[in-house]
Amino acid sequence: MEYIIIIISAIFVNNIVLSQFLGVCPFLGVSNKLSTATGMSGAVCFVITLATLVTYLLNQYLLVPFGLEFLQTIAFILVIAALVQMVEIVLKKISPSLYQALGIFLPLITTNCAVLGVAITVVTKEFTFGAESHMLNLGQAIVYAIATSIGYGLAMVLFAGLREHLALNEVPKSFKGLPIALITVSILALAFLGFSGIV
Amino acid sequence: MAAKSTLKNMALCLTLVCLVCSAILAVIYAVTYDPIQAAEKKALTESIGQVLPDGGELSDVVSAEFDGKKFDYYVSTADGAPAAYAVKSTTVGFGGPLTLMVGVLPDGTVYNTSVLSHSETPGLGAKCNTDTKFMDQWKGLRPDKVIKVTKDGGDIDAITASTITSRAYSLAVSNAVAFVRSIANKEEE
Amino acid sequence: MSKWSILTDGFVKNNPTFVLVLGMCPTLATTTSAMNGLEMGLATLFVLVLSNIVISLLAPVVPDKVHIPVYIVVIATFVTVLQFIMQAYTPDAYKTLGLFIPLIVVNCIVLGRAEAFANKHGVLESLLDGVGVGLGFTVSLTVIGIVREILGSGSVFGWKFIPGDGILAFVMAPGAFLVLGYLMVLFNKYLKKS
Repeated sequence: MEYIIIIISAIFVNNIVLSQFLGVCPFLGVSNKLSTATGMSGAVCFVITLATLVTYLLNQYLLVPFGLEFLQTIAFILVIAALVQMVEIVLKKISPSLYQALGIFLPLITTNCAVLGVAITVVTKEFTFGAESHMLNLGQAIVYAIATSIGYGLAMVLFAGLREHLALNEVPKSFKGLPIALITVSILALAFLGFSGIV
Repeated sequence: MAAKSTLKNMALCLTLVCLVCSAILAVIYAVTYDPIQAAEKKALTESIGQVLPDGGELSDVVSAEFDGKKFDYYVSTADGAPAAYAVKSTTVGFGGPLTLMVGVLPDGTVYNTSVLSHSETPGLGAKCNTDTKFMDQWKGLRPDKVIKVTKDGGDIDAITASTITSRAYSLAVSNAVAFVRSIANKEEE
Repeated sequence: MSKWSILTDGFVKNNPTFVLVLGMCPTLATTTSAMNGLEMGLATLFVLVLSNIVISLLAPVVPDKVHIPVYIVVIATFVTVLQFIMQAYTPDAYKTLGLFIPLIVVNCIVLGRAEAFANKHGVLESLLDGVGVGLGFTVSLTVIGIVREILGSGSVFGWKFIPGDGILAFVMAPGAFLVLGYLMVLFNKYLKKS
């Protein structure tokens, strides 16, 4: 039951882009075409899940026991940066085709605040389940990470679809490009607001 | 000129930077440790002061189990008898945990309440912290049953469009009152 | 390039929010009120100035291939320092801004200025650039905050001058995107020289 709550909440209710504003830069940057949007979502999903797993363990078994929580930010961002590099190298060797699809997005992901945001949220925030609230355990943290990235992908794909249509329309000069895109996101966010309260 | 990117140079450089940065952080952490503790304590004492009547000797934090929940509370003693209790009470609101400090007199009358932390929607549920009309309703309330909002047949006017937050607030206050009744009874026995 | 223009470029020509479109996450998330926007801007300014100074000093000696990790470590250090200082002296602001303080580490503005400016320029220029861009960011965030606060709560910096509840959507997520979008339109129309 708790897993279902986490999944629904992370994908719809607290959608990472449309309600928590994490990872907005790449969201606006690479959502011009549906194909790149899917590629980016895939890469983000991969990195978020892996990064959450590693930072959770790092925090649990290294930082907390030695009273080094104050190094959290610095340790997490280094882990994420190193992880992204490693994924890039491994992917290049093992699956060149996947590397071709995701490769160009990987360097961008280090500075995608969604990754660090999820890693920090998981170890600092209490989650609510009905009338109870507590910290996530490892399994729940991973589920949360995966669900969050699915939410990211959903928002990204929806928005890319809208944007492809938007590109065909005539808009006033000052609205061209990002402004009209932001106004579109606003309407999309308004739609997602409708999910609030279901869990 | 930048050093050559040999493995030795790179490893040396990264290690050095990490060491220096960790050292700086450790120092700053040590320096700011006391002010941070002081700031946290100040926030706590202020919230306790807000919900309790003036005067009285304040105890250190005490923890007790009640109804399967753990409560942290502070007793204010005047003339050798407990004059009021400040109880930390947590329930779940709309956006996450809602933690209140509730001041309760030994007979179960609510003296005042204040919000310690919340994650409610800004402009809606977050008003539980600022809406004086909502917050003033608790003063002097002496519930003999669980407090409810008007929508559920009680007497608390909920914050506009934030029934869930208001319900959570009511529940937190009710729990605190029930808890104080139980410990006040115990002390009388 | 004169020192003065380095300082002022951050406001209009290189405005981080409306022209470079960097650091969107805090821009959208923390501008629910003018005060929050201002606080977030100043927090970023602090990190930006210090990291620009240190990186301009470090850049000549750091091997090329590891410069990004080194910059990230430097930035993360200053962010953590900021976290401690805020926890100690402005705990309320720290609580409101929450997650977005540690997330300054991945704010593209900070790393972006390090890469695009600080590692090619001297200490003084980097300092001025940090101050300029940081203030530009602060002003943008405050303006967005003011607009959202007026529409959403009928007040400015907490001073209420329109009775009633305001249009709640502007305090929530959709309003953030909408206000930023329309402000960008105005910026394009009146300030940007094409």
